[in-house]
Amino acid sequence: MIRIDNLTKTYVMGDNVIHALGGVSLGIDRGEHVAIIGPSGSGKSTLMNVLGGLDRPTGGDYRFEDDPVADYDDDELASFRNRRIGFVFQSFQLLPRLTAVQNVELPMIYAGIAPAERRDRAVALLERVGLGSRLENRPTQMSGGQQQRVAIARALANAPDLLLADEPTGALDTATGQEVLALFDELNSQGLTLCIVTHDTEVAARARRRVAFRDGLIVSDDRNAA
Amino acid sequence: MPHDPRPLTSSAMSPLELVRFAVGAIAAHPMRSALTSLGVVIGVAAVIMMTSIGLGAQQRVEQALSSLGTNMLVVRPGAPRGAGGGFVRGGGGSGASLTVDDAEAMRTLDGVKAISPAVNGGAQLVYDGANWASRIEGVTPEYLVARDLEIVSGQMFDQAAADSGRKVAVLGQTVVRELFGEGVDPVGQRMRIGPIPFTVVGVLGEKGQSGFQDQDDIVVIPLDAARSRVIGRGSGSRGNSVNQIYVKAVDEDSLYRLEQDVAELLRQRHRIRPGQEDDFNVQNLTSIQEAAQSSTATFTILLAAVAGVSLVVGGVGIMNIMLVSVTERTREIGLRMAIGARRSDVLTQFALESVALSLLGGLIGLLLGVGGALLMSKFGDWPAAIPAWAAPLAIGFSTFVGVVFGAYPAWRAAQLDPIEALRRE
Repeated sequence: MIRIDNLTKTYVMGDNVIHALGGVSLGIDRGEHVAIIGPSGSGKSTLMNVLGGLDRPTGGDYRFEDDPVADYDDDELASFRNRRIGFVFQSFQLLPRLTAVQNVELPMIYAGIAPAERRDRAVALLERVGLGSRLENRPTQMSGGQQQRVAIARALANAPDLLLADEPTGALDTATGQEVLALFDELNSQGLTLCIVTHDTEVAARARRRVAFRDGLIVSDDRNAA
Repeated sequence: MPHDPRPLTSSAMSPLELVRFAVGAIAAHPMRSALTSLGVVIGVAAVIMMTSIGLGAQQRVEQALSSLGTNMLVVRPGAPRGAGGGFVRGGGGSGASLTVDDAEAMRTLDGVKAISPAVNGGAQLVYDGANWASRIEGVTPEYLVARDLEIVSGQMFDQAAADSGRKVAVLGQTVVRELFGEGVDPVGQRMRIGPIPFTVVGVLGEKGQSGFQDQDDIVVIPLDAARSRVIGRGSGSRGNSVNQIYVKAVDEDSLYRLEQDVAELLRQRHRIRPGQEDDFNVQNLTSIQEAAQSSTATFTILLAAVAGVSLVVGGVGIMNIMLVSVTERTREIGLRMAIGARRSDVLTQFALESVALSLLGGLIGLLLGVGGALLMSKFGDWPAAIPAWAAPLAIGFSTFVGVVFGAYPAWRAAQLDPIEALRRE
């Protein structure tokens, strides 16, 4: 589904040139559950931003279902993020003045889905992540684990091909972190392709494939035996 | 999940949703939104009140000037003082240079509709113990036409009555009110002007203030009666001299030519050589009206411009708050971009927000401005003419202010880098 070839990303900061990605090649197939691991500054977040269409690579090729994402303009990237990618962030990134349902509806608004249909879908998604009783709650009225479930429901709103999660348990205590990870396992078992960026070895251990980064390069790529 | 080859380029989003985003953001901070709009509220209210005042003044001036008579020349004895001529002037120079004969001579000129020589002065009026000092005009019957006057009761004296020296008078409304009382018809009553008894034969219609003079405080009597009995211009010179000659032109086109012709005729008759100063002056009331109208129009524009400055200040207030809002909501903008908002969606959302704030202010300002103008005309004894275009003006200007001053903050929002924006605390 995803194929990147010799992907590079360099930042110029004053006189320093930082090679965040130094020529990375990787393929991810539909239905995989991948953990991208490595210390901070290793390039794993940069890779996630490029995979999610938030950032453009400096060089190399990125194809998503054979579509040349590396060549997309801003508007095409926006549509790509809207329809094919679901993001889950460490800090949830819910809009505080909106209810759970309204937060989940947001990506569907940008996709142009009619109000009645998107509300039905938002309610169904919140029920699927176990928040059927908190539909009209605002983020401030919910625990961290509940907020992250709302964020996951939002990430699933437009039925994405790939769910990208950046340290999804980083702001949660161990127990609620486990619940969120269990939800990810469940979603993956239903066919969703998952890619989780983490430096938490426990999180990485639950994935079926671990890609390790160091200094902008892949240093290991190992899979569980099927 | 099945892959569905959805197009990636079309903007699927309904613009209505962007309006809802903008309204939602405004409603989330009601106090801040109200204060932000306040500048535009004040600006629009000020523009509407000021133009209403200006237009009211304009209408009052027009009314006062048109009551003086249209397409009319006033010829007075005495040299014109300076270029342009003042509106009110004393006799000046040789006080007796105009005569009834001069007036008769003007009848031969083209474009004359009516001519009335007049003498005037003040006199004490007495009726049944009531006293009133008023202005007396001794005129010919044509005076009515020359000055656009109308009779509301009785009639104007005719030429025969004037010639036979009858002591008849036509009264203005103020004189009727002061001497006879409100609502009384004085036609047929006998009164005294100074020591002389007169019979009231008619009452003039209401003319109103002309700015400096109550035009209804007047008594109109035949020229001969006025000269011989009431005002008595016995002071030397020719016996048929007059204080002014009213000349009415048939229309505005002939007015200006007539003005030249009258002056030319009088120079001939008075044997004034080229280069010598005239011993009379001709005032064109229409040109005075036009000058006054253009000066009140300037006054209105000036008031509106001053008020417009506060609208600009209101716009700067909106820009300021929108910039704060963009900074505060950097993470929201990053998130919206991450889940699929295009830069143009973000731009439109924030631009709509500032337009909505400004429009809200404009509508409230419209209500306040119209209300204020109405209150002013009710209690302030000031005519306020609320222009019909007040509403479209308020809506148009406030939208314009919202677009102009919202453009930069919205552009800033749209230029944010989503990765940076999401990282911002």
